[in-house]
Amino acid sequence: MKIRVNPITCQAHGLCAELFPEWIRLDEWGYPIINPETIPRVLQAHARRAADACPTLALLLERE
Amino acid sequence: MNATAADVALPRLLSGFAEGGMAQLDRHLALHGPLPSATALPGDALVELAERAKLRGRGGAGFPAATKMRAVNASRGRAIVLANGCESEPMSAKDALLLGELPHLVLDGAALAARAVGAELVIVAYEGPNSDARPSLEHALKQRRAAGVDAVRFELFAAAEAFLTGQETSLVAQINGGAPRPTFIPPRPTARGVRRRPTLVQNVETLSHLALIARHGAEWYAGVGSEEEPGSTLVTLLGAVNAPGVYEVECGAALQPLFAAAGGLRGPLGGLLVGGYFGSWLPAALAPALELSDAGLRRHDAAIGCGVVVALPAGACPVAETVRVAIYLASETANQCGPCVHGSAAIARTLHAIAQGTAETGALADLARWTASLPGRGACHLPDGLSHFVATALRTFPDAFADHARHGPCEACSAPELLRIPPPSGPRR
Repeated sequence: MKIRVNPITCQAHGLCAELFPEWIRLDEWGYPIINPETIPRVLQAHARRAADACPTLALLLERE
Repeated sequence: MNATAADVALPRLLSGFAEGGMAQLDRHLALHGPLPSATALPGDALVELAERAKLRGRGGAGFPAATKMRAVNASRGRAIVLANGCESEPMSAKDALLLGELPHLVLDGAALAARAVGAELVIVAYEGPNSDARPSLEHALKQRRAAGVDAVRFELFAAAEAFLTGQETSLVAQINGGAPRPTFIPPRPTARGVRRRPTLVQNVETLSHLALIARHGAEWYAGVGSEEEPGSTLVTLLGAVNAPGVYEVECGAALQPLFAAAGGLRGPLGGLLVGGYFGSWLPAALAPALELSDAGLRRHDAAIGCGVVVALPAGACPVAETVRVAIYLASETANQCGPCVHGSAAIARTLHAIAQGTAETGALADLARWTASLPGRGACHLPDGLSHFVATALRTFPDAFADHARHGPCEACSAPELLRIPPPSGPRR
């Protein structure tokens, strides 16, 4: 599983970086910088939580 | 330049070009011959032919044409062909030349592309309501209707004048009635594009090559160019050459013969811009040995892109040129993606401050960080292109940037502009 953001929908709420700091950090304007690598199984629950929490539903989980 | 077989074989696309007006249908057919019929060359054979010819997109990204055709054919629904003649890149002139002077080549290629994906409708898009393309296309279509050469229907579309107008998803959005703004992928236009139908978007030069490949075959196409990159390509050569303009060269050609074809350099070279505003600055010292091949350019972190090559004269100021283009690109953001809206503006603002000698310490470090972190974070590649353009400028002209940061504008800063910036088209939402 990988995580990706729709940059048009993203409004820089920043919840994703709070819920999944292992994979997502914020730039100086509050927009996510996401690790493009495959998310290890042990962290996938965090990825799901971050995607569910996004107020604009901008995060996409991509199965490989 | 030695007279090799390749030199004799070129020009191909531009062989029908004559001063004083577009190539009429009779002249076009006398020169190139008729298109092979759908029985002689059916759609699936055309896709295979494009694959064997290793035909790649000439709009900038260089994507294999056959792969795109196959993606459209794998999607459900009747396909549409969108011939993309929106140059967008302010320094490029090749697409306007093809539409204005050699429209039958473009329309041949578009009709063939329609055959390859089973489309009944071709939309030809050009930039700007006042473009010279429209009268030439209308005239060419009238001639074709009278001669009954096409099995497809053609529509013309005047796209907005903006840097992002020709970006694939932005063009599709406009035709569908929206603003000229890129959309998020998925869906790709190959799956859902114009009128929600699978859409094959191909640059008009790509289509023009297809028109000749269909007539003469993949082996003929590979008669010039290299094994990895067969065929010829159009280059818009500008700057410090005696005869700037559009030239047809074999793919992977060396830069020096191209300079020679353009009457040579007007004076010493200060640097090179390869690939236009989404391209790379390269030091002048590379020019003597530079090959415009994929591999030759990749070695220097560059690509031919839309085919623009600018020879920066030694007297010009690379800082002033870079700053103007960066401000222009930042102003062309579609205002959709946060990283682009904020990052592009920050890059442009900081570069401007450096050029004025008013930047704070750490400005160069800021630029390095932004140009490294922005790519890939927009719906389109505007942040990527701007970042690369600026990063390669900083790398190629470090002394010039350091001098400006310390002392402000140089004498050459007020010289006439080399890199063209379109006049502002008024506020966009």
